[in-house]
Amino acid sequence: MTTTEHNIADDPGTPRRDRLRRALFRFSQSRLSLLGAAIVAVVIFFTVFGTVLAPYPDQVAGSVDTASRFLAPSAAHPFGTNELGQDVLSLVMAGTTVSVLAGFGVVLIGSAIGTLVGAVAGFSRGWVDEVLMRLTDLTLTIPGLILAMAIAAALGSGFGNMVIAIALSWWPGYARLVRGEVLAAREEVYVTAARALGATPKRILFRHILPNVVSPIIVKMSLDMGFAILTVAGLGFIGIGVRPPTPEWGTLLSISRSYMPDYWWTAMAPGMAMFLAVFGFNLLGDGLRDILDPKARR
Amino acid sequence: MLRFILRRLLLLIPVIVGLTIIMFGIARLLPGDPVALAAGPNATQAEIAALAVEYGLDQPIWVQYANYVSGLARGDLGTSLLTRRPVAADIAAYLPATLELVFAAMFIAVAVGIPLGLVTAVWRNRWPDYLAQVGAIGAISMPRFFLGLLLQLCFAMWLMWLPLGGRLPIVVIPPRFVTGFLTIDSLIAGNWNAFFMSLRHLALPAIAMSLSPLATIMRMMRSSTIEVMQQDYVMTARALGLPSRKIITKYVARNAVSATLTVIGLYFGWLLGGTVLVETVFDWPGLGLYATKAIVSQDMMPVIGVALVIGLLFVFANLVIDLLYGVINPKVRYS
Repeated sequence: MTTTEHNIADDPGTPRRDRLRRALFRFSQSRLSLLGAAIVAVVIFFTVFGTVLAPYPDQVAGSVDTASRFLAPSAAHPFGTNELGQDVLSLVMAGTTVSVLAGFGVVLIGSAIGTLVGAVAGFSRGWVDEVLMRLTDLTLTIPGLILAMAIAAALGSGFGNMVIAIALSWWPGYARLVRGEVLAAREEVYVTAARALGATPKRILFRHILPNVVSPIIVKMSLDMGFAILTVAGLGFIGIGVRPPTPEWGTLLSISRSYMPDYWWTAMAPGMAMFLAVFGFNLLGDGLRDILDPKARR
Repeated sequence: MLRFILRRLLLLIPVIVGLTIIMFGIARLLPGDPVALAAGPNATQAEIAALAVEYGLDQPIWVQYANYVSGLARGDLGTSLLTRRPVAADIAAYLPATLELVFAAMFIAVAVGIPLGLVTAVWRNRWPDYLAQVGAIGAISMPRFFLGLLLQLCFAMWLMWLPLGGRLPIVVIPPRFVTGFLTIDSLIAGNWNAFFMSLRHLALPAIAMSLSPLATIMRMMRSSTIEVMQQDYVMTARALGLPSRKIITKYVARNAVSATLTVIGLYFGWLLGGTVLVETVFDWPGLGLYATKAIVSQDMMPVIGVALVIGLLFVFANLVIDLLYGVINPKVRYS
């Protein structure tokens, strides 16, 4: 970014609302970003209301209907029924809540840990930086899924444990990103000004530097959201994570494997839901990157 | 150059120490009793205690760690409670299957992704390019295990063109162990039947693994090609009247590939750790399946071993990529 551009962007005469409008305009110019936003809106809608709107809410809670096992897709059951006679559509709708909330939790906790580590490392430099970054590099060399699986197995099954396990393998990317941004930001004039005014290091880091490096963090969070959902589903697919009867996409898909190829429809709805949700978040993330992080635009 | 390699190899030592400490830390968190699990449901308290003594699990954690590290120096990765075999032997048996899968997937990703990236860059902002860009995001968003399942359903169950899983049918005698790659070993043995059989088994899991790196390599190659095409020397070549095809293949492609190499190196490590799900779907007897079984039964030694081996391979792959830069781009010097 050149100085001129910088001055225009931060011109105190430009109201914040104006900048927001320009960003929204640029976002609306990209049809793919809009498609992503639409898909994500639908996904969030089902995250909130999926369990309530499910056509067979009692089956979401775990009740079975053995008389209607493995019914092929029909008007009453658009995605058929499973081995317990439960409506697959209802399970997948309710499963949105678990999968998306877990993905969100992973990204939130992972980015919080990573931001803290990266900010402290970049701000303090010296041996603190050295120690924190070596730890970050080490965690990066351990394959994420295996690390998450090992921690999840150690913590035991359950929603919270699964989220923590994945988040603990998720933070290094943020630590490296934030450290780089903080290293660059701490040389800025406003930091010198804050220091001259007698601000404490803690205040400088959290009130002055971090708010200025938040854009790339948000971009990474939105790009990571899809992959976090995939990882949650992957853990469920292997059988570590949320246990039935709590509906979760990965677990639903894993159970349906045993009934292939005769009852193939039990796999379609959870698989397609996963794909669509991740696709939506990836499109939206690409769009957000274009408006929030123009440096990364290609 | 030799000094560069030696220095990078020396840097592996702190990586090994750090990895083992982290994985031992996780092992300590375990709330369950892996020894009781391994001894079986009918084991008496005395039998469990004897098993713990046999595997040194009655010792304090730092003694266990010291024993592990001293064993590591001798190439001993401990013993699996589940298979009751040395972890090093287990890994040696399972690693080639995973490597064969990763190399096959990487081969597909590079062989398709790089030309596609070049083509979409040349045709940028026209409909084939848009289609490829949307397709790439779709490919990255596709869960590998769902894709694997769909491929199985289509090609193995409905069309019955390809086998459902495994590396070879039981009736086919595997070729003599040379590299551990069944395709290469059967070629060495001159066993064409086993070669085609192993290739057919490899196809579906390799395709399922390759889709996401293929898309990333394509996008990376596209953007670096666009960047290279705006360079002065490309303009010069054009001004000299060189045919477009020659400019692209001889000047642009070579320079664009070197930026893409980094992604290939990173993806290699990512694929090694990411085989878990595909190996589960295709019942592929590799490291991922081995680690999963160990994790489910809280058998930590294999998990530490697998994490260590994959971590080292990851570091090693990046070293190879760094050296390849020098081959492709003579401007890069090592000191």
